[in-house]
Amino acid sequence: MKRLASKELIDKLRTILAHHGRERVELIPILQEVQQEFGYLPREAMLEIANFLEVPSSSVYGTATFYNEFRLTPIGRHPVRVCLGTACHMRGGKRVLEAFEREVGIRVGEITGDGEVSLDRVACVGCCVMAPVVVIGEDIHPRMTPFKVEEVLVELKQKDGSQQSPSPEGVSGSLST
Amino acid sequence: MNFAEIYHQAISQWEALQQKTRILVGAATCGRAAGALDVVRAFESELAKRGSDALVIPVGCMGLCYAEPLVVIMKPGEFSVCYGKVTTEAVRRLVDGYVLGDDPCLEIALGTFEIGEEGAPFIPELPRFERELRLIMRRCGHINPEDINHYIATGGYKGLVKALGMSSDDIIAEVNVSGLRGRGGAGFPTGRKWELCYQALGRPKYVICNADEGDPGAFADRALLESDPHSVVEGMIIAAHAISASLGYIYVRSEYPLAVKHCKIALEQAEALGLLGKDILGSGLSFRIEIAQGAGAFVCGESSALMYAIEGRRGMPRVRPPHSIESGLWQKPTLLNNVKTLASVPLIIDRGAQWYATIGTAGSKGTALFALAGKVAYTGLVEVPMGTTLRQLVDDVGGGVSGGKQFKAVQIGGPSGGCLPESLLDTPVDFDSLREAGSMMGSGGMIVLDEDNCMVDAAHYFLDFIQKESCGKCTMCRLGTKHLLEILSDITSGKGNIEDLDLLFELSEGIREGSLCGLGKTATNPVLTTLRYFRSEYEAHILERRCPALVCKELIAYLILPEKCDKGCEHCMLVCPAEAIYRDEKRIKVIDQTKCTKCGSCEEVCPPEYNAVVKVSPPSSAKR
Ligand SMILES: Cc1cc2nc3c(=O)[nH]c(=O)nc-3n(C[C@H](O)[C@H](O)[C@H](O)COP(=O)(O)O)c2cc1C
Ligand code: SF4
Ligand code: SF4
Repeated sequence: MKRLASKELIDKLRTILAHHGRERVELIPILQEVQQEFGYLPREAMLEIANFLEVPSSSVYGTATFYNEFRLTPIGRHPVRVCLGTACHMRGGKRVLEAFEREVGIRVGEITGDGEVSLDRVACVGCCVMAPVVVIGEDIHPRMTPFKVEEVLVELKQKDGSQQSPSPEGVSGSLST
Repeated sequence: MNFAEIYHQAISQWEALQQKTRILVGAATCGRAAGALDVVRAFESELAKRGSDALVIPVGCMGLCYAEPLVVIMKPGEFSVCYGKVTTEAVRRLVDGYVLGDDPCLEIALGTFEIGEEGAPFIPELPRFERELRLIMRRCGHINPEDINHYIATGGYKGLVKALGMSSDDIIAEVNVSGLRGRGGAGFPTGRKWELCYQALGRPKYVICNADEGDPGAFADRALLESDPHSVVEGMIIAAHAISASLGYIYVRSEYPLAVKHCKIALEQAEALGLLGKDILGSGLSFRIEIAQGAGAFVCGESSALMYAIEGRRGMPRVRPPHSIESGLWQKPTLLNNVKTLASVPLIIDRGAQWYATIGTAGSKGTALFALAGKVAYTGLVEVPMGTTLRQLVDDVGGGVSGGKQFKAVQIGGPSGGCLPESLLDTPVDFDSLREAGSMMGSGGMIVLDEDNCMVDAAHYFLDFIQKESCGKCTMCRLGTKHLLEILSDITSGKGNIEDLDLLFELSEGIREGSLCGLGKTATNPVLTTLRYFRSEYEAHILERRCPALVCKELIAYLILPEKCDKGCEHCMLVCPAEAIYRDEKRIKVIDQTKCTKCGSCEEVCPPEYNAVVKVSPPSSAKR
């Protein structure tokens, strides 16, 4: 049975598609924008994109699943990405990942029931000198340890509580200006 | 505007800048991770409070990433001072001290740029700068990457202007004479590649900058794009002129948002000045550049896969011939070069191939740019002439292994490279010597490993990465690496057999032969080099079920030394997620090995003055 997508989703999607051509070369940029907007690739959006570009939906899925960046399930309000590049691995990144799994109570690739935290691994964000690092949203947390994981999670909660409070000095920096 | 006018405008802006007090803050990704943007804001608000007209300029990566956030204060007529690990608290002191006053705050400085002041080192005399030769990095950390005038005022686009007055043959001859070899890993002669693409018949032609840098552990391309994007853009325009291309792409991974942003700004600014786009500087050359963002697949760094990715398809390498220079993007002739290769070009054209060819070794000209990370004191970006030895890089530039630990290996070239031991530290870094040693230049990642790193685990790590990233087209690559990984998993978990070692060799050979692209062909280098140089570690895992570096989880146990445990403290008990730690009759803490998950938290929190938690291997030695 065809599932009707929410109107909001379709509206947002239309806005994205409006400034793209209908050529295959647009596929990945479109998928990237859709993911930027929704945090993941909703099924309805992928079908709509296939329509728009006039390519089979299997081809859209095939492309989306080939690349690590794309995810087919939602991300949390706090998307946690643990870097497991070489430097991070050699300095204990895996134990940091395990600590997140333990403290949040989900496995890598999953999201908490309330949609707050999702957990993923990335293969190097190019911040090797600060290894091991964890990226949460746009904030980079350098020189992580399993022990610091609890701190970081508390910090996220506090941030939620008082939206205006900036991150404590020296604990994190931001990727965006 | 003609170039003379553009240059004049840039220079007058630049000179006006020199009349002011400037505060440069290293704000590439690495700087930001260390808090550089907070430092920028702190300076701005402090200066605003005092009504000072000193300028805060975010610059790129100065290479000294270990000391970030980095700040350089430059005052007209005074010496420039560089400060490391600047906190927002230090900002006020620096503003009072040096920005507004006469106290250069040398006690908190890394050093000075001009004459050696008493008490602070003279930066150009630091051991690392005796080794370093910054050519492609020469502007990184000195200019604002978001301002094209900074680039032009420091000699930028001069190479392009010169190239526009040259014929394709002359440019290609120049690149040939320079001896430049591609910095993307394989070291293919750049001039030769340009020549072949120039001769190709199809139209239109494309130029692609490969900024995928998917190797974990490499970040030089990122730093270069973030710090000096125009040098790459200029190199691309020169290439386009040489081969008559009309459209170019910068294929950059989306994990590098700041690099993407700086590239976009650079392209807009170059276009606005007529250095890019239609009829560049009235030369008749029309060339556009677009940005294509990668979507996270290591294999897309491979040239044919990368081109499919730009076309919106799955990035899977294909059989050659035809080569991309004849049939690449949309089956048209396509020139693809690495970021560092392209950034070298303007310099070669501007200063001359003869000059460039004097730097480096007989077979490898110019400089090598490395991202130095891991267990050295001074991690960061380094640029040295080809032929510098590994030892000089690790000891002089990197400051040796940190924390008083013993050096074990240096890993070069990422998953395609290998781990080289102490006995090979006098190997010069150049394409051919590294390959001889079983490693590769790769994309320029260099990671130093110490006694706390397990070489079997390192090999396992790279294979795990490769196995996940294999596009799956070749059976040997897809299944062979999986099998290899399973064997290594067995060994690291104490289930290996000594015969496995022969099997590793055999399989590696098969994978190399049965793989289509460089991913599979080089995938076994980390395994082969660790087997060759660190065989005893493999044997310890297999024969004694012991991990000498105390890394492999299944082969270690945590133990609390009763004589060191302070009775009053309970840090470890509080932190243990498994409730595996209990008090014995004397209130000494004991780990219940059947409950312990080996998370390592107890070790982390045990106060350094007690240091009572230790790892032991094999786990059976934890019984008491
Ligand atoms: C699996 C794989 C990944 C690669 N990744 C990169 C990369 O991230 N950046 C790069 O410049 N070259 C990479 N290469 C090498 C490119 O295929 C190509 O040789 C290079 O970009 C050519 O540029 P150059 O002549 O300037 O070296 C990779 C090759 C393989 C097989
Ligand atoms: S290693 Fe972790 S689980 Fe084991 S005793 Fe220590 S804190 Fe507890
Ligand atoms: S943290 Fe160290 S000193 Fe404290 S109880 Fe545990 S082992 Fe003993």
